[in-house]
Amino acid sequence: MEMVVFTVLAVVAVAAGVGVIAQRSAVRSALFLLINLCCLAGLYILLNAQFVALAQVIVYAGAIVVLFLFVVMLLGMERAEETPDPRRTQWIAGMLLGVLFLAGVVWALSSARAAPAVTLSRTDNVRQIGAALLTDFAIPFELVSVVLLVAIVGAVVLAKRKLQG
Amino acid sequence: MVETMLNYVWLIPLFPLIGVLINASLGRWLGRRLVTIVASLAVGASFAVAAAVLFAMLGLPATSPNGGNGRERILPIFSWIVAGSFRVEARILLDQLSIVMALVVTGVSTLIHIYSAAYMHGEEHYRRYFTWLNLFVFMMLVLVLGDNFVTMYLGWEGVGVCSYLLIGYWFEREPAANAAKKAFIVNRVGDLGLALGILLIFATVGSVAFEDVFPAAQAILPATATAISLLLFLGATGKSAQIPLHIWLPDAMEGPTPVSAMIHAATMVTAGVYMVARCHALFEQSLSALNWVLWIGGITALLAGAVALVQKDLKRILAYSTISQLGFMFLGIGVGAYAAGLFHLVTHAFFKALLFLGAGSVMHALGNELDIFKMGGLRKKMPWTFATFLIGVIAISGVPLFSGSSSKDMILFYALRDGYPWVWVLGLIVDIVTSFYAFRLLIVVFYGKSRLAKRTESHVHESPRVMLTPMVILAVLAAIGGILGLPLFLGLGWGAIEKWLHPLFATGTLIPPTTRDALQEGLTIAMSALATAIGFVPAYWLYVRNWGTAERWTKSNQGLYDLLYNGFHVDRAYTEAVVKPLRILADLLSDAVEVRGIGGAVNGLARLTGLAGEGLRRLQTGLVRHYALAIFFGAVAVLAYFVLRSVL
Amino acid sequence: MVPAVYYLILSAILFTLGAAGVFIRRNALVMFMSVELMLNAVNLTLITYSRTLGDVSGQVFVLLVMAVAAAEVAVGLAIVVAWVRHRDTTDVDEINLLKW
Repeated sequence: MEMVVFTVLAVVAVAAGVGVIAQRSAVRSALFLLINLCCLAGLYILLNAQFVALAQVIVYAGAIVVLFLFVVMLLGMERAEETPDPRRTQWIAGMLLGVLFLAGVVWALSSARAAPAVTLSRTDNVRQIGAALLTDFAIPFELVSVVLLVAIVGAVVLAKRKLQG
Repeated sequence: MVETMLNYVWLIPLFPLIGVLINASLGRWLGRRLVTIVASLAVGASFAVAAAVLFAMLGLPATSPNGGNGRERILPIFSWIVAGSFRVEARILLDQLSIVMALVVTGVSTLIHIYSAAYMHGEEHYRRYFTWLNLFVFMMLVLVLGDNFVTMYLGWEGVGVCSYLLIGYWFEREPAANAAKKAFIVNRVGDLGLALGILLIFATVGSVAFEDVFPAAQAILPATATAISLLLFLGATGKSAQIPLHIWLPDAMEGPTPVSAMIHAATMVTAGVYMVARCHALFEQSLSALNWVLWIGGITALLAGAVALVQKDLKRILAYSTISQLGFMFLGIGVGAYAAGLFHLVTHAFFKALLFLGAGSVMHALGNELDIFKMGGLRKKMPWTFATFLIGVIAISGVPLFSGSSSKDMILFYALRDGYPWVWVLGLIVDIVTSFYAFRLLIVVFYGKSRLAKRTESHVHESPRVMLTPMVILAVLAAIGGILGLPLFLGLGWGAIEKWLHPLFATGTLIPPTTRDALQEGLTIAMSALATAIGFVPAYWLYVRNWGTAERWTKSNQGLYDLLYNGFHVDRAYTEAVVKPLRILADLLSDAVEVRGIGGAVNGLARLTGLAGEGLRRLQTGLVRHYALAIFFGAVAVLAYFVLRSVL
Repeated sequence: MVPAVYYLILSAILFTLGAAGVFIRRNALVMFMSVELMLNAVNLTLITYSRTLGDVSGQVFVLLVMAVAAAEVAVGLAIVVAWVRHRDTTDVDEINLLKW
């Protein structure tokens, strides 16, 4: 049963990934990304990471992709299309490297020790994460807030229009 | 009291060193007079101390209580080289030989310093001159006063450097600069022999101090001793201008005449003789080394004398004469008559320095004229110079009872007595030649009608007193110096100098004459006097009586004349055999190796770097995608490495 | 029962897709999205291992990654906006002032 769910989610995720990189229109790429993220959230649930799955949906799918769409609309790119790539070699080299990489990783994984299978089960996921965040990972947790502050300030400064002098 | 005086021996080399330091650093502000005074005083003070030390030594017994040399002292100064098991202590060896050498060096130097004050009067760089002169005296004293081979080598090299500096005093003139280089380089060849000899000594005996080496000499294998001795003698041929390394001395006359007098007549060139005498124990251990010394000395004496005979340059005659007389000294040493050889060293210092100073006086009056055939008749115009020069000539040619005769006769006496009859004959022939060229020089320069150019003739004048006084002093010494080695048959026992030096050579083959073989002595002296007379006759005949004969003979024997005049073409041989190949090699190296090889490599490297840079800059495309690709490529490469590593 | 390896292989595929997207596309925003794709692939790997090793640190890590990714997207898009306003093109190849 799990296997079926996994297969479906996996296939859709991959298809969406292909869609992200292959679509001409930026808006369509963003939407495919959305689908991909949601599939991943489902996979996280299969992996007993419920909290992370929800965080994924809220933060990634709900905020980041929305931000992408905002910018696309702002810049008026929803109708723009790219011209064909004049640099052919780049394209070919990229694909080649990607294939090599994949082959290498797959090979490495297949020859590794067989990891235990994963099954669904009930766990106290939220509590565990909470406890970890406030004890072992307390400092990174605090630092993340600083990072976010920096990001906010940075984004405002960078995107500001010059003041009329 | 005596011992305390001896403890001040270190003052002897110290004074000239102080002179150098003062003149070199403060000379610019001291002015001409003060610089001269400082330098002369330094050497003079040195001489005074040496004389005082001598007197102190005279008061000591000749034999010490334990049977050794009673007049020998070793005074430590400081530890110079301390390198593990190799130690060289800077110490002064004070004994009969070193004090004699010190006295000669400081005494003659003082006189020459005084003479230089007037001779170098118009010179601009007097400070440099007097500084180097003092430095030379210091180095020479280090050489003769040192108690080991390394200090001797230090002094040896030091005098070589000073000789270079002083010969090249007028270095702006190309012949002078070349002469200085030649002197130094030829000396260097000899020095190599000396250095190797010292190394061999150290390897064999394990020490370089005289007090260790000489007693151990008898334990050295004859073959090794021969090698050591010949190497040391090679050094001596370089420094003392014997065949084959004599070629630098005639050219060294490019230096100022007082320099020639001091360095190339009285002191530096005698260093070789001193060294062989000092190391006699090593030479005696070898079967053949002393024979080499003997024959090289003898042949040099003869050939150099012959060359001196046909020279026209005033100083070159004296230069070849010096080479010849040095050969005579080595001849004496070679037959085992060490004291005799050293006696001749002392007398030669007197009369040769005198002759050079006289030559300087003549040159000074004639505006640096050197060709003796452009002189003549100076007897009346420069009486003092003439008188002193005459005494010098009489001394060198061996007129009995004068100093030169005493020393030469002593050498010949021992040659005959100790079984070297052919050497005795050779010595007599050298005497004849010496007498011939000496009187020739005297007659051509001072007698006859004047061949001066009209302009110079008008202002020929006697030299100032400052120059004449040292000459007079030397003349007196040249005349009466024979006292030091009076012949035996006068019934006064040994010659003073032999007696003085005896404790040093007692272990040698020199057996002091205790039997009064008056006949043999008388024969020797008579034959020498005859040789002198025989030499005088042709000089008189060719240059007083029949003036043009010499020229006619020259023309009819042009080949022989050319051979002699060019010093048997030795210089030319060296040029062809050594200098030219070296030049070719140098050109080859400077072009092929230096410019093309090394230069090409360095420049090529630079160009390569430039090319690499040009090629590599194309990587900077400015496109983010390319950079991302490059990063990913790196990641794939690392992955591939790990994959391959576990596969293979 | 899904073997963990499957998740890992899926993650590798997604990562490769994201990387390919970075090289191939010239639109700045699509490149950014591809980068997000890569980040998510890594997240998947982390969660997988967190599960197999039984350690919750993996999930915490993922949360932190998400936070940082959010910050990065904010700043990155601000840059893109500033630059598009300046140059009026989203073609990445046009930004080549550092070219030799």
